[in-house]
Amino acid sequence: MVQQDEVAVADQTGRGLVVELQDLTKTYKLGQTRVRALRGVSLEVRRGEFVAIMGPSGSGKSTLMNLVGCLDRPTSGEYRLTGRTVSRMPADELADIRNQKIGFVFQGFNLLARATALKNVVMPLMYAGLSRGEQERRARKMLQLVGLGARMNHKPAELSGGQQQRVAIARALVNNPSLLLADEPTGNLDSHTSLEILTVLQALNQRGLTIMLVTHEADIAAYAKRQVVFRDGRIVRDEVMAAPRSAQADWLASRQTRQTPQVTQVERAEESEESKGIEEGSSHA
Amino acid sequence: MRSSTKLQTQPTKETPVATPRRQKVRARLRRGLMLGANFGSALDALWVNRLRSLLTTLGVVIGVAAVIAVVILTQGATTLLNQNLAALGTNTLVIFPGTATSAQSLTVDDANALEKVPHVANISPVLGISAQSIFGNQNWSTRVQGVYPNYQSIQSWQLARGRWYSADDEAAAQPVAVIGQTIVDNLFATTGTNPLGQTIRINGQLFRIVGQLQPKGAQGFANPDDVIFVPFSTALSRLKNSTYVDQIQIQVDNANNVNQAQTVVTSLLEKRHHITPGVADDFRVRNSNQLVQTAQQQSAVLAALLVGIAAISLTVGGIGIMNIMLVSVTERTREIGIRMAIGARQRDIRNQFLIEALTLSSIGGVIGITIGMLGGFALVTAFHLPFVPSIPAVLIAFGVSAAVGVIFGLYPAVRASKLDPIVALRTE
Repeated sequence: MVQQDEVAVADQTGRGLVVELQDLTKTYKLGQTRVRALRGVSLEVRRGEFVAIMGPSGSGKSTLMNLVGCLDRPTSGEYRLTGRTVSRMPADELADIRNQKIGFVFQGFNLLARATALKNVVMPLMYAGLSRGEQERRARKMLQLVGLGARMNHKPAELSGGQQQRVAIARALVNNPSLLLADEPTGNLDSHTSLEILTVLQALNQRGLTIMLVTHEADIAAYAKRQVVFRDGRIVRDEVMAAPRSAQADWLASRQTRQTPQVTQVERAEESEESKGIEEGSSHA
Repeated sequence: MRSSTKLQTQPTKETPVATPRRQKVRARLRRGLMLGANFGSALDALWVNRLRSLLTTLGVVIGVAAVIAVVILTQGATTLLNQNLAALGTNTLVIFPGTATSAQSLTVDDANALEKVPHVANISPVLGISAQSIFGNQNWSTRVQGVYPNYQSIQSWQLARGRWYSADDEAAAQPVAVIGQTIVDNLFATTGTNPLGQTIRINGQLFRIVGQLQPKGAQGFANPDDVIFVPFSTALSRLKNSTYVDQIQIQVDNANNVNQAQTVVTSLLEKRHHITPGVADDFRVRNSNQLVQTAQQQSAVLAALLVGIAAISLTVGGIGIMNIMLVSVTERTREIGIRMAIGARQRDIRNQFLIEALTLSSIGGVIGITIGMLGGFALVTAFHLPFVPSIPAVLIAFGVSAAVGVIFGLYPAVRASKLDPIVALRTE
């Protein structure tokens, strides 16, 4: 029951709002020309939401992700993350916010090639200043959660694309962030593996994780609970989806169709073992 | 039930960033931890490019190795010199002839005149001759010194066998000789003859051996045991008919009287050589302290030279490190972006690259010290010098190579830390 108290305290800080954007603008200078990437964006994301940010390239969705991810500061407007105004913070504090509150998942996985999966996941905790033992303990737990318990000491090159992205997800979540930012997380993956990653994201969302997912594919956005569409630096559509697709169901269906002779028993055994972690986790929730 | 399972992995759980005091403690803690973590990742990164790392650090290796080797060599030479000077005793005066222009000015009469100076206990002129010594079918090139009998006490020679020649031998210019261990080894060892009482030829003249010296041991470039002592008068009449002598050595009765004796000796010699005030002396009187000082001055000059060489080679090595660190920063721009995205502060990135440069140059330093020690040991062994490993030199060499890493690694590291995370993440 102590746990419930903690949740209550957390709720007080931001009235359940994770991201609050007020009239955010961003203008770049490219030589003589000024590029207005964002032209006044206001957006609120509540705790537990799964928002897909959509739009064609150049619509400002990447700029928005950089601002929400505290990698950049807006030209004007205000950005509050879990109640704290971060739009005018100095660089070092932004680094701490990125470390404590935000988890990034990128299209290209962005894992450190020479480090093992475990070391990649440990990295944010290293910057958080945790003890060596605590770092390892939490990183192992998180890798087990994404179903990579058996592959902790593999380097990224020894892992499949889907496995690499799961390491990236574990790294993003290991410091208990308030918000997961996924920038085209399925862009480098085939459709079956994409579903696998979306299954992981949906399962995490079901446990209360707030997710913002940037994509230009409507297929992918269909798995989010809410879709926000950008065009020319403005929000042109923002709607809550009544019934988002279930990635797990689609993934199971996709696996059925994939059961062709060239899939060996070993591969299938691996797949089921990998997905076990999340399936178990989601069955609890 | 629901909330408790949720909390196991509870991603929305707030991590308290709160109170400033806690933050400060955390920051201090994490700086300490980052050093260890950075050192590990620095080694990883260097190991990935091990050939490149090795080549880069070669500049530092060579610089440090050269300096350590030469330091060991000079230390050995200086130690030997100091040992020899110490053996000379603190109450010895040595008079050298000549200035830069004339090398001959001291005569045996000078030596005899100085005998009457107060506090002079023993005095002897030294006449040096390089000579061929022959016994049976053995022959050996050596150095013959014509000295007074009391030279034995000035240089504190001990006899292994026989006796030193007497004042009578000196007065009568007897053809007698006292030989060093090296002469024994080269002329008598093959036949196993007892040298005492044997007659040898020195530059064609016959000499009877009356004594064999205890070896002082070969040290450095000079071998003190490779010597034959004969009476001064005999050397003058049979080996080298010279008006001038090579040295005059004086033993003062007490170390406290050395300065006084030196003053009197100097003024007496000036008078005898008709040197007016204001004109440079045609001789030099040195006490053993001054000889030590001269030796120290020489090694100071050598040390300055070494510092110069070290500075140049370490600068070159440092530039190599800076160059490769800049390449490394460029290659790893994406990694820097990732690290920034997951919460590395600017100084974390800076420290990472700084520690990498530091590790690189320190490893170079350690390798250089090892090679330098081995090289120095080989050199002193070849020259028969004592091996004196200089701890301060090793520590300084290590410190300087570490400093080179920090100084030349700073610019690339700062450059890495100033990267824009968005741009860095976009870099392929």
